[in-house]
Amino acid sequence: MYPFNYHQPKSAEEAAHILAANPEAKILAGGQTLLPTMKQRLAGPSDLVDLGAVGDLAGISEKGGTLRIGAMTPHAEVAKSPVVAKAIPALAALAGGIGDPHVRSVGTIGGSVANNDPAADYPAACIALGATIHTTNRDIAADDFFTGLFQTALADDEIITAISFPAAKKAAYTKFRNPASRYAIVGVFVAQAAGGVRVAVTGAGENGVFRVGEMETALDKNFSADAVAGIAVPADGLNSDIHANAEYRAHLITVMAKRAVAAAG
Amino acid sequence: MPTVSMTVNGKEVSAEVETRTLLVQFLRDHIGLTGTHVGCDTSQCGACVVHVDGKALKSCTRLAVQCEGASVTTIEGLAANGALHPMQQAFHENHGLQCGFCTPGMIMSAVDMVERLGNKLDEKTIRQELEGNICRCTGYHNIVKSIAAGAEAMK
Ligand SMILES: Cc1cc2nc3c(=O)[nH]c(=O)nc-3n(C[C@H](O)[C@H](O)[C@H](O)COP(=O)(O)OP(=O)(O)OC[C@H]3O[C@@H](n4cnc5c(N)ncnc54)[C@H](O)[C@@H]3O)c2cc1C
Ligand code: FES
Ligand code: FES
Repeated sequence: MYPFNYHQPKSAEEAAHILAANPEAKILAGGQTLLPTMKQRLAGPSDLVDLGAVGDLAGISEKGGTLRIGAMTPHAEVAKSPVVAKAIPALAALAGGIGDPHVRSVGTIGGSVANNDPAADYPAACIALGATIHTTNRDIAADDFFTGLFQTALADDEIITAISFPAAKKAAYTKFRNPASRYAIVGVFVAQAAGGVRVAVTGAGENGVFRVGEMETALDKNFSADAVAGIAVPADGLNSDIHANAEYRAHLITVMAKRAVAAAG
Repeated sequence: MPTVSMTVNGKEVSAEVETRTLLVQFLRDHIGLTGTHVGCDTSQCGACVVHVDGKALKSCTRLAVQCEGASVTTIEGLAANGALHPMQQAFHENHGLQCGFCTPGMIMSAVDMVERLGNKLDEKTIRQELEGNICRCTGYHNIVKSIAAGAEAMK
């Protein structure tokens, strides 16, 4: 790991100031992505701004059918929260399926969303549920937030403070996991809400999470696994790697979508 | 260099460290507790699991400076008054280790598992919960048996 200066601000505003003053600085949340990357010297920030002492960034609440999860809330807290289980059980299940217990005890929702790993789970939930990403500067619709591979709409000195998820009528997430890392080879989040059905796919796209419009239209008419069984997503633009080639991922999208619709009921 | 202070196994310790010093390096190199192992150094194997303020985490993926003021328990902190902790005893009795390299992390993960999920752990739960702990020797079978027995014994 390259050396760095360490800061532990007490508020998100103070953290944003440190970021603004140090262009090579980075936020440290749970560290479950950033620290391994730094150990491999794939990242060498000049400064780390640890959000661990910013008290009001963690926590879960529900109001008028919208679930709000603070950026520093660890995956384990989302997984076991009765508030999440009641409002959006699919989200609790998703959080409980991230990595392993030790990753879940410290890895955070804000870090996962900010990182926008193409194989991460939360981006699929954000897109399918139509989440809003709250930052130190503004509110960003999930549709405008994930802009490409490890890319987001966040400015360099902008910090995610919380994420809001409107509860869906029906929702489920199914993931075909890499058995070693538990990241998604393909994960599909299906949600049915007042505005219609959304189908978000993670793990497969070269540019990260994406929606499958054809499946959404079919499910709007008939919310059943049969409705998506015949819909194939083209392999163009999907990832090929040692774990799975693009054709296999394309096949898995239909399989996972069917399972997610069946699980959503 | 910053000075970091924390409580490790009930004892106040402090050392001057670089900001990039990992918790596992702090424990092993600065205060001489070498029971916590580094198996992979890439956040995958769980040999380095310790408890920080009641949470089980990978000490190779935590900075020492993040643990300022924290209360840390390592494998050395489990045995009390010369008697093995019930989970350690269960690993001993059920032959839950071969080379023993993964064992500190397995036992710290197992104790955390019982603290979160209770004393009745079925095989499926234990295997799922061990996703972050890799063992190259045992094939896991006796580790699973040890944890089920240790969980009962912790009542
Ligand atoms: C063994 C292992 C298995 C894993 N398996 C999975 C899996 O199955 N599915 C999955 O989705 N993930 C998986 N992960 C990743 C894990 O979920 C991470 O916790 C997560 O990706 C990053 O969250 P973090 O809190 O650890 O962030 P950090 O590592 O601290 O930060 C990640 C990035 O986000 C930035 N950042 C963090 N917080 C904020 C914020 N509030 N505002 C702005 N920027 C911020 C940081 O600057 C950094 O660039 C795994 C990780 C490991 C080590
Ligand atoms: S040494 Fe920490 S997870 Fe392997
Ligand atoms: S006993 Fe040798 S690695 Fe587990």
